[in-house]
Amino acid sequence: MMATLHPKLSEERSQTVVSSTKSVKLKIKRSNPNVNSEERFDDYVVPIEKWTTVLDALLDVKSHLDHSVGIRYSCRQASCGSCGMKINGKPALACFTKISELDSDTITVEPMDNFPVVRDLAVGFERMINNHKKVMPYVIRDDSEIDPESGMREFLQSPENVEKYIQFSSCIKCGLCNSACPTMAMDTTFVGPQALAQAYRYIADDRDKGKNKRLKVIDESHGIWRCHFAGSCSQVCPKGVDPAMGIQLLRGYLLGIRD
Amino acid sequence: MERETGAREGLKGWLNPGKIGKFGIERLAWLLMRLTGLGLLAYFIGHIWETSHILDGKAVWDKSLEMTQTTEGHLFLALVIGMCVFHTGNGIRLMIAQMGYGIGKAERPDYPYKPQSINMKGKACIYATLGMAALAMWYGMAVMFA
Repeated sequence: MMATLHPKLSEERSQTVVSSTKSVKLKIKRSNPNVNSEERFDDYVVPIEKWTTVLDALLDVKSHLDHSVGIRYSCRQASCGSCGMKINGKPALACFTKISELDSDTITVEPMDNFPVVRDLAVGFERMINNHKKVMPYVIRDDSEIDPESGMREFLQSPENVEKYIQFSSCIKCGLCNSACPTMAMDTTFVGPQALAQAYRYIADDRDKGKNKRLKVIDESHGIWRCHFAGSCSQVCPKGVDPAMGIQLLRGYLLGIRD
Repeated sequence: MERETGAREGLKGWLNPGKIGKFGIERLAWLLMRLTGLGLLAYFIGHIWETSHILDGKAVWDKSLEMTQTTEGHLFLALVIGMCVFHTGNGIRLMIAQMGYGIGKAERPDYPYKPQSINMKGKACIYATLGMAALAMWYGMAVMFA
């Protein structure tokens, strides 16, 4: 049985523009390191609307032109951090980048720098996640949230103190900061802006008692001192985390300026 | 299996001038800081080598000094002055920023996100340092070519 559309909805649909008059050339970097070292750019022409994102265009290519393009994506709303890639030479989330805002007829998409390529635009996050784990991204305390007498309890936090680290809690681990970082470009063992910003997030949390443990992890030759404040990490962060600020504030603890 | 090849961009990650256009004046300052650091290190080694000629007698010492008494030598020294001023000025800016001053205050960010650490104070310092380096080079050349 066919459902009948409400007259108003029907009218709205008839007014919706379904065909696009504009199109862009999408240049996608293709490679499969598991097969060979060949790298090439494949060009696809895709129709766009004002609201089309780079991810929409890539999915258009996958649906209609070439099913074999390798990408990683999930939420389509800049929450999961899966679709990070280099768009016209700058790291960005594909789902958060509108083609109309790029002001270019040719969009070049490449896998993020400073990450091993899995295939085409998908990169491996193993090293970044390992560094993230290394800084112990959780509240460390001697006591537990499980209270033997009353059951579960909460470690309460004041609104004033939340403001000190809330900015750094927005990290979605997309890896754009590590991709933009010029130190990461030269030093594969550098802990990276993502992990350092997370170290600051937990150290600045006054419920946490793991400051000394974390500072020990980052105070080494490939740790925090390798950052030379180019600021590129903060410029590409899609969530306003500002890792460069976190790193400089973190240095204050090691220099004895901050308690 | 992930392949580690390509896990770093390498030299083009920091030498590529295209990155400056994409990441701004802070990236230029970062690049110049590295280049001037390497330049000053090379000058320092060359300077030790040049002044070591004093051990070989006055004639050799005078001859070694003549190396910088040419137009090319003067231009080279002017470049050294510029590198020295930029490296010092930018180094002071970085030391202050790395102590946590002038980089804003951590707070809840609002869209569209503007990183507080990349602010006008920092940009003004970079432009001022570049200006001072250019001025020092100009003064050095004015003295040397007078």
